[in-house]
Amino acid sequence: MKERLTKEAIAIRIAKELKDGDCVNLGIGIGTAVPNFIPPEKMVIFHSENGVIGHGRVLTIDEVEFMDYNLVNAGGQHITSKPGMCLGDFGEAFDAIRIGRVDVTVLGALQVSEKGDLANWSTDLSGAWGTIGGAMDMAIGAKKVIVGMAHTTKDGKPKIINRCTLPLTAPECVDLIISDIAVIEMTPDGLVLKEFVPGWTVEDIQAITEPKLIIAPDLKEMELV
Amino acid sequence: MRNKIYSGFDEAIADIPDGASVMMMSFTGPGGIAQNLIQALKNKGVKNLDIYSYSNFGYIGQVPGFKPYTMPDILVENGQVRKAHTSWGRGAAGQYCALEQAVLSGKVAGEIIPQGVFAQRIRAGGSGVGAFYSPVGIGTPYEQGKEKRVIDGKEYLLEYPARASFGFIRAYKADGLGNLVYRGTARGINPLVAKACDVTIAEVDEIVEIGEFDPERVITPGIYIDRIVKIPDGGFK
Repeated sequence: MKERLTKEAIAIRIAKELKDGDCVNLGIGIGTAVPNFIPPEKMVIFHSENGVIGHGRVLTIDEVEFMDYNLVNAGGQHITSKPGMCLGDFGEAFDAIRIGRVDVTVLGALQVSEKGDLANWSTDLSGAWGTIGGAMDMAIGAKKVIVGMAHTTKDGKPKIINRCTLPLTAPECVDLIISDIAVIEMTPDGLVLKEFVPGWTVEDIQAITEPKLIIAPDLKEMELV
Repeated sequence: MRNKIYSGFDEAIADIPDGASVMMMSFTGPGGIAQNLIQALKNKGVKNLDIYSYSNFGYIGQVPGFKPYTMPDILVENGQVRKAHTSWGRGAAGQYCALEQAVLSGKVAGEIIPQGVFAQRIRAGGSGVGAFYSPVGIGTPYEQGKEKRVIDGKEYLLEYPARASFGFIRAYKADGLGNLVYRGTARGINPLVAKACDVTIAEVDEIVEIGEFDPERVITPGIYIDRIVKIPDGGFK
């Protein structure tokens, strides 16, 4: 039985990718759940585009009593404060991104190309209108760009394709894709399949990935614990 | 000294004419949004506005059970806007966004700007800088029509400052001079907007005596603030 990871499970796998001391920006979507899965011994400094640096986890709908309208992330989700947290304005938030003080950004994607081009802000082919948010700034500024996404579109078409057809967010910016079936790394030689979700074969994954995948010599099952 | 404290929101915006440019914070939840000034502008009904509203024309961020909050989208919905500059042109999945409809049908001229670039343009507008070069948007549709320049081997796009005739900001507390402190992420873009407008109007939870603030804690110096209105019920909870 080929099962896909839930959004939460993708966030768990992304959390494993983050190192002690990293400053990490979380885009709107799958990424915002990542702080919930960082073990206490690992100090990851979460950065949000609205100017909060070092925030805690995202509160769930059931935790209304702890919610503070003056403490939210860029997605408008209520978050917790954390010792060492600090606050700036939007200018501050994007200074940190542009000058490379943000180690990792986690973004969603509509399409990712073989070269690591990212399209995630508009389905309007002209690129004249859409929801651009802070993704363009983050994609070019963060040291490492991790894409967390479903491997295919809702109707089963590949999202990892030879060339993006949708308007780009930034060219050649993606470093790692963590999808609901695989972990794929962008390298100068091409896309390297590093991990697969149990139940999925290399052939299954290749069948719904347009570019030819290079199989990592140490290819392994994805572990979430 | 002229009194900066106004008794109500309608009085504070009474001189905003048809065709005015207005800049306002709107992002990441209701805490930092000057909702009462936006509502007053809607009630006044002035038309042909050119609005700079950071993002979130849709209504994301609302939690079930909490009261809805006012966003700049109500001005678009009310047919008061001729031009809009934003980073969020669409509602969240499945949510209605008046701006999206208005731009796609050609009723409103829309400019979509990457969020960090928008912040920097407002910052430039508030610091008297003529223009600046930014690395964001190279190799995307955003670069169309923008001057490109290579500086130290890296490509940049020329970006112009953003300024407006009126600015709406939301702060936690003000003193009579207009010095402001903010709370949490409600700070947002407010301190940048404060400097990028000819007339800046702040709505605040509380007005305190001059001298009450620790000078080290003041985020926006009062010289940038022209009008202050206290929110009657002490702000959005």
